[in-house]
Amino acid sequence: MNSSVIARLSGIGYRYGSHQALEGVDVSLKAGEVTALLGPNGAGKSTLIHLLLGLLPVQTGSIELFGGSPQARSARERVGAMLQISGVQDNLTVLELIRLFASLYPRPAVPEQLIDEAGLHGLEQRRFARLSGGQKQRLLFALSLVGNPDLLILDEPTTGLDPAARQRLWRVIERHRASGASILLCTHYLEEAARLADQVVVLHRGRKLIAGSPDDIRSHVPSSLIRVRSSMTVEAIRSLAAVGRADRLEDHIRVMSGKPTATLKEWLAADPDLVVVEVTGADLETAFMTLIEKDDDTIAEAA
Amino acid sequence: MMNYSTHTSAIRPAAWWQFVQCQWLNLLRMPAYSLPTLLFPVMFYAFFGLVMIRGQAHYLLATFATFGIMGAALFSFGVGIATERAQGWFTLLRATPAPLAGVVAGKWFGAALFAAIIVVMMEVLAAVFGGVRMQPGQWFGLVGVLVAGTLPFCLLGLGLGLLMSPNAAPAVINILYLPLGFLSGLWIPVAQLPEWMQSLAEWLPPYHLARLALHVAGVKPADVFVHVLVLAGFSLAFSLLVIVGWRRVRQSP
Repeated sequence: MNSSVIARLSGIGYRYGSHQALEGVDVSLKAGEVTALLGPNGAGKSTLIHLLLGLLPVQTGSIELFGGSPQARSARERVGAMLQISGVQDNLTVLELIRLFASLYPRPAVPEQLIDEAGLHGLEQRRFARLSGGQKQRLLFALSLVGNPDLLILDEPTTGLDPAARQRLWRVIERHRASGASILLCTHYLEEAARLADQVVVLHRGRKLIAGSPDDIRSHVPSSLIRVRSSMTVEAIRSLAAVGRADRLEDHIRVMSGKPTATLKEWLAADPDLVVVEVTGADLETAFMTLIEKDDDTIAEAA
Repeated sequence: MMNYSTHTSAIRPAAWWQFVQCQWLNLLRMPAYSLPTLLFPVMFYAFFGLVMIRGQAHYLLATFATFGIMGAALFSFGVGIATERAQGWFTLLRATPAPLAGVVAGKWFGAALFAAIIVVMMEVLAAVFGGVRMQPGQWFGLVGVLVAGTLPFCLLGLGLGLLMSPNAAPAVINILYLPLGFLSGLWIPVAQLPEWMQSLAEWLPPYHLARLALHVAGVKPADVFVHVLVLAGFSLAFSLLVIVGWRRVRQSP
């Protein structure tokens, strides 16, 4: 195993009864990197995470974590996880839970420092059941950090967090990456992935659709992103030259175009009041959506 | 990287102790579990053993205490594990280096604590209001045998908790708990039950634990070896149920 690769999943397949949740997926996680695992609901992200954590038995392929089995105690001592469906015992306090988890690891973090880092100061004696949704998320995040993990697995960690808490969590992730930890981040917030990820892995229908840096992913969509204000209907916009997709957002219209100059020329002729807000390359979200739609179209055509 | 705590050694004993402590705290702070589990059998004993059925306080102390500890074990494990599985607590623990035996032991200590409290409360009632007199060794022996006797019921609860949803678990456990108690002669002495029920009782685990409790309390001598062997057999059978449940959990966390 390459010294910087801490986890390698090769040819992973997993089936729940007749449903093929994963098929032939290869992913490597490196020390000091954030890997964003993206995909629509049901793409197989949580199954992949459960396999990596040793919560599900490997059916097809192989998984190597820190040079051994993900089910080995020595591997689990180096991993911290925040799972999507995660609850703890409702009647235990924040401090009791942190101390309980700290007792499980050979090199636990100092509870007081962890409480500060997760923004839980003043909540130490509060029971889990009496925390708000965001506070619960922050506690679960703190529990994933208790063991000072070399691999941090975060499944939708910022769901339900306010912007300040989200920013704080991002800073903690960046600090852990800088200290050499590997982070596997599963998220539906594409701007989060764009900001944090060194590597992006997109899963769709149980297969790995694409992997690379955020720039690599964006470069797979040659179109430009045009943001405008216009009174034209989305249907009319879709009939303009070279328009790939068009969506009306809150205060503007977002259009993907393979030939932005031709699109805008035609659009100005049809709508003289058109206000162009910006023309940029595709962002990660647009690239992600385009790739998923393209894959859906390919599968539909094949069927 | 964060600073490391200085308490880095001997993680296993620390983890085990933390699980035991947390299990007790969690149960004690859960009135929906602790109040009915503690008070329901004690009130039953006070009502039937001391008020309704006269002159049987000593006998019914042993049988109602058996009934009480059975509930503590079945509900703590059965409903507790099913709920914790649904909440994701169980899965989260499996993703840590938590010793699974420690998790189960913590739960058992929780059930054992409740079992001991139930038996002691009944003993106090029996001594004060029922005129029951025993040697000190018998008072302690009754607590000891019934706390140890939670084992097969904890295993049955664990198996059911691993197999059932949190909605189904309380209903199924109630369906088992009350008939098992009655048919095993825990509410009314077995000899007063119809003959077919008396034969049926011998096939039920609470009957055998109650025989041991009656023996220890000096009410009715029993063949200790036979009853321990039967309870060990039930424990083994319920362990198989646990294995089936565990395999299912492992396939779909």
